[in-house]
Order: sequence, then C-alpha cells, then structure tokens
Amino acid sequence: MRSLRHPLQWILTALVVVVALNFGQTLFTNPAWEWAKVPEYVVSPAVLTGLKVTLIVTLISAVVSFAGGIVVAVARLSRNPVLKSLSWLYVWVFRSVPLILVLIFLYNLGSLYPTIGIGVPFGPQLSVPTVAVLSDITLGVVGLSLAEIAFASEIVRAGLLSVDHGQHEAAKALGLPRWRQFSRIILPQALRSIVPAYVNQIVGLLKGSSLLFYVSLLDLFGVVQNLGSTYPTDIIPLLVVATMWYLLLTSVISLVQYFIERHYSKGVAR
Amino acid sequence: MSTALATITGGAVSIRHATKSFGSKAVLNGIDLDVPAGSVTAIIGPSGSGKSTLLRTINHLERLDEGYVTVGDQLIGVKVHGERFTELPERAILRQRSRIGFVFQGFHLFPHLTALENVVEAPVAHRRPLAEAREVAQRLLERVGLGDRGDAYPAELSGGQKQRVAIARALALDPALILFDEPTSALDPELVSDVLEVIRALAGSGTTLVIVTHEISFAREIADQVVFIDDGRIIEQGSPAQVLDHPSHPRTQDFLRRVL
Ligand SMILES: Nc1ncnc2c1ncn2[C@@H]1O[C@H](COP(=O)(O)OP(=O)(O)OP(=O)(O)O)[C@@H](O)[C@H]1O
Ligand SMILES: [Mg+2]
Repeated sequence: MRSLRHPLQWILTALVVVVALNFGQTLFTNPAWEWAKVPEYVVSPAVLTGLKVTLIVTLISAVVSFAGGIVVAVARLSRNPVLKSLSWLYVWVFRSVPLILVLIFLYNLGSLYPTIGIGVPFGPQLSVPTVAVLSDITLGVVGLSLAEIAFASEIVRAGLLSVDHGQHEAAKALGLPRWRQFSRIILPQALRSIVPAYVNQIVGLLKGSSLLFYVSLLDLFGVVQNLGSTYPTDIIPLLVVATMWYLLLTSVISLVQYFIERHYSKGVAR
Repeated sequence: MSTALATITGGAVSIRHATKSFGSKAVLNGIDLDVPAGSVTAIIGPSGSGKSTLLRTINHLERLDEGYVTVGDQLIGVKVHGERFTELPERAILRQRSRIGFVFQGFHLFPHLTALENVVEAPVAHRRPLAEAREVAQRLLERVGLGDRGDAYPAELSGGQKQRVAIARALALDPALILFDEPTSALDPELVSDVLEVIRALAGSGTTLVIVTHEISFAREIADQVVFIDDGRIIEQGSPAQVLDHPSHPRTQDFLRRVL
C-alpha cells in the first residue's frame, strides 16, 4: 500500500478506475446490450440442452483423461522401453496438434477408415462401422480425451516424480507388493500435487469443449451460435448468456479445487 | 537351502565376499561377515566407507556384483543357477524383505498415513486380518512409548517419535532380523536417548540386530560384536572391548580418536 503514494501509481490507478467506471456505465446506458433479453435466454430449453452437452462431455472427458493420464504416465516411467517410447510418442503428438484438428480428423474418420476394429494382423478381425461408434457425444469425449490425456499424463508424471525417493525405499523395504507400493504409498502422495493442477486443467477442458461446435455437436457455445444465426439481432445477449454460464461453471470448479487442496494438505509438515 | 517362496526362518546373517561398485567406484571390496541369530552387531566406520551399502545389500535394496548374503536358511535376492546367481522374481524378494526390518536414518514414515496406519500397512499387505493387525500395531506403539499417538500424522510427531514409529513399523511383521542405518543421526541430541532405549529393549529379545551407528558408547553397551569398516573392507572386528577399547589396527585407533 505504501508504494501507492508514488505519484505515477496514483495517476495510473485513477486512469484505470475512470476507464472501468466508463465501461461499467455503458453496460447500462448502451441499449445494444439488451439486458432485458438475457433472463429468458439463460434458462431457455435450447440453452439448457447445450449446457447439458457441455457438462456431460467435460465431466466424462475429465474422468477418462485422468485415468488415461495415470496409465500413460506410469508407462512413461516404467522400465519397459516399448511402453516408454509409445507413451512419449503419444504425448508428443497430442500435445503438438491443435484440438480442433484432432476433432475434425475424428469427424472425418469415417471416410478414412469406414470400419474400425481390432484383430490379429492378417488373421481374424472384429470390426464395426466407424460412424456408428463415433457419433455425437462419443466423438466429443474421445476427441477431448485424446488431447487431454497427453496433458494429464505430464501432470501425473511430475507428481509421481515429486514423491521423495525414501518413500519408494521404505515401501520396498517393507516388502509391499509392487501394486500396493504404487496405489497406497506413492500415488496418494503424488495426488497431493496432481489433483490441484489437474482440476485447474479441467477449466481448459471446459472451454475446449466449445470447439465441439465445429464438428456439429451442439454444446452450450454451439447452441448460442445457432440461436445467433437464427435471431441475428439477439447475438449480444446470447453471448452474454454463454459468458455467464462459463463463469458460473469455472467458479464451481475453482470452489471444488479449494476444497480438494484443503483435503490433501492434511498430514503435510506444519 | 529351502525354496525361495518359503518364509525365512532364523535370523543369522552370513555375508560372503560381498563386492560392489557404483560405476568405477569400488564401494564394497570383498566383505565376509557372520552374525549369529539373536545377536547384536554394530558397524562403525568413516563416512563413505560403505556401511549403508553393506546394510542395504542384506535386504537386497542393493544388488551385489559378486558374493552373496544369506539370512536364516535363505540366499537373499538371488538363486543359484548353474555356476551363477540369477536374481529372484520380485515377489520372492518382497517376501524375503517382509522378514527383514529396515530402519532408515531419515525415518521415511508415510506422511499421508497416521502412526497406527504406518504400522498396520505391511501386515495388511501381507494378508493379516485388519483387526488383528491393528491390535498388534497398537501394542507395538505402546512398546515404543507411543501408545497414545496412534492417530497422529508423522508431521505432528517429533523426530524421536517418528523414529520410534518407524521402529514399530519395522517390527510389525515380526522380523527375524532388523537393520538400522544410523537410526539416531538425524535427531536432536535430547531425542537420541528415547530411540536408543527402544533399540536397547530389542537387544536380547531373540531378534537379530545389525546397527550402523556413530554412537560409540551405545555400541559398547549393547553390541555382541563390533565391526570397523573402511574403504569397503572390514579392518577389524570382535567384541566391543577388543575393537573399541583396545583396537589393534592404526586405522581403527585413528577413527576412534576422532569420533570419541
Ligand atoms: N546409488 C549410488 N550411486 C553412486 N554412488 C553411490 C550410491 N550409493 C552410495 N554411493 C557411494 O558409495 C560410497 C559408500 O556409500 P555409503 O552410503 O555406503 O557410505 P556410508 O559408510 O554409509 O557413509 P555415511 O557414514 O556418510 O552414511 C560413497 O562414496 C557414496 O558416494
Ligand atoms: Mg550411510
């Protein structure tokens, strides 16, 4: 607070306040905001349907990506050279390619591979039509998760590496089975740094889900866009509605993050 | 020698020609040592002489380049395969370790588990019923003077209390042998005696103890055998009176002059 006495600081502060007040004023005086239309759109069935898609895709992707991130991170840290390089390759590719590209690739996968399946090379195959599997929500979840797993795995890997080496030694010295060393001793301690970082990452996932509009999935953003083209005069209040929902959802995530951090701080050195 | 999957019986330790290098640095240079079941052996020596490494080979936290270790009736970490030793499968090694307690200089308690949960962890992992494991753990905490701190997290305990929980944890599987790596070196001086008290009570209880320590007077008091190591070799070994009070080798004399 003391530095505020500096004249330059005073001037800058005054300037910012004036600009902010001016802008605040326009919210009320500029009729183009059309606030009157906001309440009706906020809870309109179309918007709520889009909101539901956004929530479902984000939630499922968040859970899938977390589990996938653990698997990829463990593979990356394993001693198996094949698993190591495959996971490195995966992270390299999906961290480099923009999400929108991944989504559009998936959207067109039907023409690239009309059927997808698994089987022994040149032997018996099990396959299904691509379009049947990758429809709507599934495509959204798969696309978002493919990208998100790459980021999640880096967070998980950093978390696992942050656990003190002595913890590995103590777990080994007690003769704990390998899986239990990981699940009971190492992972819970790693989660302390992983979870807050990952919850933060979910904010990005939520916003990333708005790209699903480009592959014809009507999420919150998609619905707003569609309504905007049907009623071009309402575009501003519609954008306001979307902004409000995203703000609300992000705030909820931040709140969850706060409680999770509090939970994981138990047992940490005073 | 019994099969690898049977549990170890008896706590005698034999080390034969133990040899190990880290890169080009030779850390153990052919160590031979016998520790009778139920006895107390103190290992002393200068920093970097290979004491920790030797101790860690006894439960196969380190793998030897040459030589071998037996505990009770079993070869540790390896099996004989023709002319050579091959490493045991991990499960067998973990099973052997469950009969060998290890107490670290830095405690390494699990910070996200309470004191009681720390002690219960290994028995439950080895399929003891939870209720029974908790009862045993409670008794062990009482034995180390912490019967009322079972619900405390490690961060809420003093260094001396942490080390006593760590000892209780090492005791939880009723080991035939316990290895201590400088158990009091990380403690404030006023907390050392509580921990030594607990170790003293273990001496003569039937469990074999091998203790790396800088506490010379403690070694004199409880050890049946004292081993002085320098440069990865045993320079001198014998009763505390021989090695600590009448050392015959100049290097032992020199070392004792410096630490006493
Ligand atoms: N994992 C490792 N990699 C490389 N060098 C190592 C490793 N562990 C130990 N060393 C080296 O081996 C030598 C012996 O180490 P060790 O820890 O056994 O000594 P120590 O007698 O226990 O010493 P201190 O009294 O300081 O604990 C040291 O020079 C050490 O730097
Ligand atoms: Mg050491």
